[in-house]
Amino acid sequence: MTSQPGGPPGEEVFAALTAEHRGKLMALAREVVLPGGTRIFEEGEKADRFWVIRSGTVALDVHMPGRGRVVVETIGAGSLLGWSWLCPPRQWHLAAETRDPVRAWEFDAAAVHDLCAVDTALGLSLVTVVAETIGDRLRATRTRLLDLYGPPGPKGSGPVP
Amino acid sequence: MTLTPLSYRVVDRRDETHDTVTLVLEPAADALKPFAAGQFAMLYAFGVGEIPVSVSRLADGHRLTHTVRAVGAVSRALCGLRIGGWVGVRGPFGTAWDSAAAHGNDLLVIAGGIGLAPLRPLVDAVLAEPQAFGRLNVLAGARTPADLLYGDEFPAWGKPFGAVTVDRPSGGWTGRVGVVTTLLREARFTPSGTVAFVCGPEVMMRATARALIHQGVRPDRVRVSLERNMRCATGHCGHCQLGPLLLCRDGPVVGYDQAEPLLTVREL
Repeated sequence: MTSQPGGPPGEEVFAALTAEHRGKLMALAREVVLPGGTRIFEEGEKADRFWVIRSGTVALDVHMPGRGRVVVETIGAGSLLGWSWLCPPRQWHLAAETRDPVRAWEFDAAAVHDLCAVDTALGLSLVTVVAETIGDRLRATRTRLLDLYGPPGPKGSGPVP
Repeated sequence: MTLTPLSYRVVDRRDETHDTVTLVLEPAADALKPFAAGQFAMLYAFGVGEIPVSVSRLADGHRLTHTVRAVGAVSRALCGLRIGGWVGVRGPFGTAWDSAAAHGNDLLVIAGGIGLAPLRPLVDAVLAEPQAFGRLNVLAGARTPADLLYGDEFPAWGKPFGAVTVDRPSGGWTGRVGVVTTLLREARFTPSGTVAFVCGPEVMMRATARALIHQGVRPDRVRVSLERNMRCATGHCGHCQLGPLLLCRDGPVVGYDQAEPLLTVREL
């Protein structure tokens, strides 16, 4: 969405933060370019970083015995990749792999934790931003549980014409 | 005229997916008035019954194009028709996608499942006069890759942004996975100057409308297509009543400012 025309892609993720807070946070950002097919993190590993995707697509997957990796969601530009760093046990619940070349801002979770400990107002704002992302994904998951496009009728949606 | 079906013959059919068929119909004698994008016809499968089906392409002349998904007795009968088969048709009925009101605005065309069918004539109309509109974004969601409609037409729709996403990836699918609203983040539009046209399952339309309004699109500029149990299609029988609306007459296309209070009432 071009709600901030001319602004760098991904900037809108932190739009709710004050300019001061955004500046402090972005000072910790590191620009990264990840080729397509890069395994960014694996399920169960320590969640010590997070990313704001500026371009490209990342697939979140789960390994299922006998079925291999099953993609459960994809996220693209302007999205936050990773929230497991915020709460214990700080381990990735899913794995992530780039679908195509991805440009992103990478943040070191420990440095962000330290910043939030010093500036608690920033910490609260950032937690709110992350909670919004978690809420969005929870709502999306619940919607998909409804199997909206599945067969109509008692087990699906809508009448049977 | 609108209560008496006219005979139309199937002159072309195309299997879109395992359960969805596009039929091209030609009048045997008298033809119905021209349809507008978003309007629907009552299609009568002889000896089985009648259902409302939106036009999925505005053809030249008197031909009609409808895309039907086989989910019940009537729609299964329609999908089973072969070239040369006969259908009874009444129409045109209902309100249309008011593309003229969107002139000069960015457009979001957002579809879920078979909801892409009623939106296809709108996309055709926008592509026919692109200078009249801002940026066109076509976003579509489907259950699986095999359920995607009109896949061969998407490349032409994708400027400046077109994307599809599926709930259940399979068969080597390398595209997007997730609900259609997740595509909004990458779409190219300015919320204050955008008109959105949304069609799909009602829950999907509600979630989409809420996301759009949250991002700054005005509720009256979010147009949704509502379905209810339409029988007469002329506003008399009342089967399709939704509060003060008779959707066969006052819909199916309505503004979300009007629809939202009705969709969240537990009983009407």
